[in-house]
Amino acid sequence: MNLTLRVWRQAGPDAPGRFETYQATDVSEDASFLEMLDHVNESLIESGEEPIEFAHDCREGICGTCGLMINGQAHGPERATATCQLHMRKFADGDEIVIEPWRAAGFPIIKDLVVDRSAFDRIVEAGGYISVDTGSAPDGNLIPVPKEVADTSMDAAACIACGACVAACPNGAAQLFTSAKMQHLSVLPQGQPERYERAVAMVDTMEEFFGSCTNMGECEAACPKGISIDFIAMMNKDYRKGLMKTRRSA
Amino acid sequence: MTLDSKIPDAPLQDMWRDHKFNMKLVNPNNKRKFEIIIVGTGLAGASAAATLGELGYRVKVFTFHDSPRRAHSIAAQGGINAAKDYHGEGDSVWRLFYDTVKGGDYRSREANVYRLAEVSNNIIDQCVAQGVPFAREYGGFLDNRSFGGAQVRRTFYARGQTGQQLLLGAYQALARQVAAGTVELITQSEMLELVVVDGKASGIVVRDLVTGEITSHSAHAVVLGTGGYANAFYLSTNAMASNVTAAWRAHRKGAYFANPCFTQIHPTAIPSSDEFQSKLTLMSESLRNDGRIWVPNDPDETRAAADIPEADRDYFLERKYPAFGNLVPRDVASRNAKEVVDAGKGVGPLKNGVYLDFADAISRVGKQAVDDKYDNLFEMYERITGEDPFTSPMRIYPAPHYTMGGLWVDYHLQTTIPGLFAIGEANFSDHGANRLGASALMQGLADGYFVLPYTIGDYLAPMLGQSKVDTSASEFAMAEQAVREQTDKFLKTNGTRSVDWYHRELGKIMWDHCGMARNRAGLEKALSEIPALREEFHTNVRVPGSGSSLNSSLEKAGRVADFFELSELMCRDALMREESCGGHFREESQTEEGEALRDDDNFAFVGAWQWQGLGTDPALHKEQLTFDNVALSQRSYK
Repeated sequence: MNLTLRVWRQAGPDAPGRFETYQATDVSEDASFLEMLDHVNESLIESGEEPIEFAHDCREGICGTCGLMINGQAHGPERATATCQLHMRKFADGDEIVIEPWRAAGFPIIKDLVVDRSAFDRIVEAGGYISVDTGSAPDGNLIPVPKEVADTSMDAAACIACGACVAACPNGAAQLFTSAKMQHLSVLPQGQPERYERAVAMVDTMEEFFGSCTNMGECEAACPKGISIDFIAMMNKDYRKGLMKTRRSA
Repeated sequence: MTLDSKIPDAPLQDMWRDHKFNMKLVNPNNKRKFEIIIVGTGLAGASAAATLGELGYRVKVFTFHDSPRRAHSIAAQGGINAAKDYHGEGDSVWRLFYDTVKGGDYRSREANVYRLAEVSNNIIDQCVAQGVPFAREYGGFLDNRSFGGAQVRRTFYARGQTGQQLLLGAYQALARQVAAGTVELITQSEMLELVVVDGKASGIVVRDLVTGEITSHSAHAVVLGTGGYANAFYLSTNAMASNVTAAWRAHRKGAYFANPCFTQIHPTAIPSSDEFQSKLTLMSESLRNDGRIWVPNDPDETRAAADIPEADRDYFLERKYPAFGNLVPRDVASRNAKEVVDAGKGVGPLKNGVYLDFADAISRVGKQAVDDKYDNLFEMYERITGEDPFTSPMRIYPAPHYTMGGLWVDYHLQTTIPGLFAIGEANFSDHGANRLGASALMQGLADGYFVLPYTIGDYLAPMLGQSKVDTSASEFAMAEQAVREQTDKFLKTNGTRSVDWYHRELGKIMWDHCGMARNRAGLEKALSEIPALREEFHTNVRVPGSGSSLNSSLEKAGRVADFFELSELMCRDALMREESCGGHFREESQTEEGEALRDDDNFAFVGAWQWQGLGTDPALHKEQLTFDNVALSQRSYK
């Protein structure tokens, strides 16, 4: 198949960006979206031009490194699919495809289609863990976890931190990511001791980088792991409760 | 230099406990006086960084990813072994040790493997406490499944995303230490040189991948947790950026590289669909619990899988290995798949796969139960191939997946350079010639949480009061200069072909001659082709752009340059080892039934290679392996 690509090119964080048009020719239907870009890049290199920079690594939809706005949709048209797992059979010969980086103030552009998502690490550092030193854990079966609870935790923990939720959100908010990271721990018995401090710390840090949630639900629709916005509701409840519980008398 | 594995003189069962007592300690208040550099944030690197931070050391951890959580450990699907025996099946530390030594085809070190089995239970406890959402039974207790090479259920798992969840556990523990200020996290920075001062590893030189800035960092010790080198084959299940560069540059500075030819070709990846494919995707080995592997009897079979009657199918693993059936170890499963495909019985449009069929399991327990058990795997298969594995069997074929070889380390996980440690897949020590399923995650976390944090103290303790080498030392300036020169040279070459083109060509040579089956003629051919292609690469590669901004072509050029040198060593090692063992199959050495035939009299050793300069043959050093506890025998899975 042959395609016309309109791709965002930007030399650096402070350089002005622009759309460039490229032709992708003889693309296999079985190629992944990123393999199609590899193909375009090979021909750019052959003709002496700089290839299009895009972030990617595992190409199995699990590392969360890749992420592109494809025709205005985070990760493109296929539901619950990361960019690397999107295949060209989902497009038609002759299509024009617009490719942009994640669009969000919280994710400044580094180059072309690559953005800086380090704010996500700051949110986790604020409290997205259980404080247990290596070697101090009791036997694993001393902490029974009901199957439904473990399943709910896993549903949240499946987040790959790609940032599609933020990119899809009209407000550039990171509630889906933050709540997934938080509720993964907060629904488990092991996560109870720090539950409310964690909620307050993570939400407060999130607010330093990202916009506010107005329940649009775009994040869930864009999430390659299909993470539910129920976790946002759970986070909000923990946060409100946390504000009271962590209040110390002056 | 003779290789001293520093295996303590003690019975296996007491060895690690006694040794922990005998090793020197650094008192808690003195730990902050030591700085440790860790490169890599996968299971091994992140768990080591977190634990050393908790202990009070000052840690600097580097990753070339944008976040520690991107490391390729995240893609491990199936599970992690531990000798908990929660099901009362007679499992024990001894049995896990025994299975792992046997599974590695008697080319691993008994002492290291025993320690690995011993700490396996601590890993599960630690991960549960961290909040890793392992699969549970309805009573709330931990669930297990069985994996290749074992006859007990000892594999813990989190849906088909066990590596992801274990890595997130380690990443979160690391994040806690970053917040506490004990660990400094440096992302998007690639180690390009190891700096050795007075014979000791004293620091590293890194390139900031975003700005291109080249900087030096010094410490009292350096730890590499930088993963494996399966991407030497170009097409593998590794992530695109997985590379050997850190380990290789340490090798060039004096760290011996052990058993480079021990590579694991995993039996269950999705076969490639065309020339432009960039990587192969693994389907977890756990699928072999319920999936039955078969090919049609007739090479000219044209019917759809479901229409082929039982009588016309060959369930070749069940037929040849009735005791283990579809759960034979990976090397055995892979070779048998190659055999039937080479015989023309392959399935799929390119006839390059075998069926992995779930029809029996679906009729036994229902579609929903199968879907629940393997969660994302069925969906992932459909997304990649466009075929629904619930209605037609999956097609699978072996793919390079893991490398048992790596930097030579002693019982302390220290390389032949004092002060340089290697952990996880980057070292060679625990898997011998073949790794069993669900033991890579076990080893990465064992090294990082429960082994290195003790052994590194023994190295550091005598250095109390010594400050680290300052980065103003001339060795750092020279290392920085070497990095600059290489970068400039790539940018100036301005040839005609891309880095990827050369990587693909190298991969083809490696797959054809150093892949699932190897022979003298093929290896010699590869050894003449690789240096020629390497020469061409260095004079004709085209790396556009500049060195002062994000430039993925430039990053890849450095990595591919190292893959060229490593590939030569892999072939040389494969040629030297005139026996078959585990994943290393020399066609000249097989039983009448076509199984791998070891030569224990001549090859029961670790082959550790010493770099002697480009164009000069490396020197081989042998560490003899002794088996006092597991009797050497021909592996049988029948």
